[in-house]
Amino acid sequence: MNAFASFMGMVYMFIESCAMAIENIMQNRLRSFLTILGIMIGVTAVISLITTISGVSNSISSSFTSMGAGSLTLTATGSDLKEGLDDDDFTRILALEHVRGLTPNVSVSCTVTSGKTSETSITATGTNAYYFSVHENSLKSGRKINSIDTENMARVCLINKDLVESFFYGVSPIGQTLYLNRLQFTVIGIFESDSSVASLLSGSAKILMPYSTALKMNNASLVNNLTIYMDSANASDEVEEELGTLLDEIFSYEDDTYTITTMDSIEETMNTMMSMMSALLGGIASIALVVGGIGIMNMMLTSVTERTVEIGLKKAIGAEPGQIQIQFLIESFLLSMIGGLCGVALGIGLSALMCHLMGTNFVISYGAILLGVGFSAAVGIIFGWSPARKASKLSPIDALRRM
Amino acid sequence: MQKMETEQGGCFFRMRNIVKRYPLGDEYVTILKGISLDIDEGEFLSVLGPSGSGKSTLMNIIGCLDLPTEGEYILRNNVVLDLSEKALSHIRSREIGFIFQNSQLLQRMDAMKNVELPLIYAGVRPKERHRRAEEMLCKVGLEDRMHHMPNQLSGGQQQRVAIARALVTHPSLLLADEPTGALDQTTGRQIMDLFHELNGEGHTIIMITHDVNIARNARRVVNIIDGVMTEAEGEVTFA
Repeated sequence: MNAFASFMGMVYMFIESCAMAIENIMQNRLRSFLTILGIMIGVTAVISLITTISGVSNSISSSFTSMGAGSLTLTATGSDLKEGLDDDDFTRILALEHVRGLTPNVSVSCTVTSGKTSETSITATGTNAYYFSVHENSLKSGRKINSIDTENMARVCLINKDLVESFFYGVSPIGQTLYLNRLQFTVIGIFESDSSVASLLSGSAKILMPYSTALKMNNASLVNNLTIYMDSANASDEVEEELGTLLDEIFSYEDDTYTITTMDSIEETMNTMMSMMSALLGGIASIALVVGGIGIMNMMLTSVTERTVEIGLKKAIGAEPGQIQIQFLIESFLLSMIGGLCGVALGIGLSALMCHLMGTNFVISYGAILLGVGFSAAVGIIFGWSPARKASKLSPIDALRRM
Repeated sequence: MQKMETEQGGCFFRMRNIVKRYPLGDEYVTILKGISLDIDEGEFLSVLGPSGSGKSTLMNIIGCLDLPTEGEYILRNNVVLDLSEKALSHIRSREIGFIFQNSQLLQRMDAMKNVELPLIYAGVRPKERHRRAEEMLCKVGLEDRMHHMPNQLSGGQQQRVAIARALVTHPSLLLADEPTGALDQTTGRQIMDLFHELNGEGHTIIMITHDVNIARNARRVVNIIDGVMTEAEGEVTFA
């Protein structure tokens, strides 16, 4: 019963301390407001950065799942004996279960010339007819690359809108001649570059041509990069394993002859990058929070000095050092928490706005809210500790001598 | 530490050879030069002395606000020199009621809240706090001024609030430092009447003053001059 009574005594004391703290905060309205503002800005910065980044990363993930599912990328550097893949290997890969099709990716860096216009370092990609089955809407006019083109290493190409504008302004490019690295090509169509996020990673081509032609331009006969399409997004692991077995056989079981990248693993890398970025920016933003904490400390120290007589008096009438300390801690904690909660609200509002402007989905990150609230609570206690301790250590007679 | 003698009925505190030194620059000044004083329960004592005599230092030591440099001070079985700061604040909270020279009320709180303050630190529940504060304010004759702010009260009324605050924890000892110092004579007279009344109810009172006429109110007067205490016999005089 006695223990209960003393516990309740502490509770009453605590409630009363909260009331006094609020009173003191209200007493110095401007000063409290400025201090709170410091914390608020810090928390706002942390919350809005983290929430915006997580919004961006969510929309990237969803674009991955929508377009990237069901494909995997094979990079085959090959063994000393066989430095890549040929048509026979393609046939064997296509024979695997769940494999729907494949497109070789052969990059050629070109200098494009037509008449007097010339552009250097333009990426052309050698591919096959299957590309157009996957990217159904990419052909804008003209015709697709077909299997006859690939068999004959035909010097035909499709160009994207950028090149149409630079080389064939106002003229229909179909059937026109274009020189790629001084070789004469016929433009057979216009395509739209893949603008999805996944293609940004691999770099989007401005020119498409039969892969056999591209290989020839590179003086190569073997393909090092393939995209393999599956009939189901869930078959990725299975195909990866089968493909591995097949490639081991093709490359005589040598090590490091190929890499298989699934969209899952790209997404994972992307997510890691995003969380690193959010940690970095969050870290920078939290400097603002530390500055806010220093503001609190400054205000509390001033407050302790101003209230020396009050503290002395309270000690004289029986306040324990711990009770004085708690009272000041509550005050700095409240200041910081008010700033923190305002900052969370403002930060969420700001990031909702930013997500809206960037066209990404806005998702409230509870982690960020928790972080903001927790951070400001910690700042209040850490930076309030030393002034509160100073107050509790004041000697009552020194304090009362000033009266 | 010397073992305490068996407590005689009503011995409140016992001081033996209390010395207090303060550092002043490189040297020490001795404020109290060996003071011995016994106080029984229910006494009304005046400590009379000019300013600078060390009487405020003595009051701080009696009130456990300060510790003596040397000597023995036993308050209700507690060897004060051995106590922690927390234990000292407990004694201040439960045994001693302070009345300061210029009342020292918290200006931001009304009379009621000022009187409640010691009870907050003693952990008394709100309802009980209100009841006791109200009771004390009535006792000092301020039943119609309970929710006035200190600056709306006269000096005498403020001092009454301070007395109510000192009494509210039911302390064993009322310790008053120049309680009438800032008051006119009539008001001072009224405060002294209140002290007599409280003493009549059994409160132990120690009053510190430089005013012979005020000191005469007490049943026992000690002189303190230059840190040395002498018991005043018969007619109280003060040079």
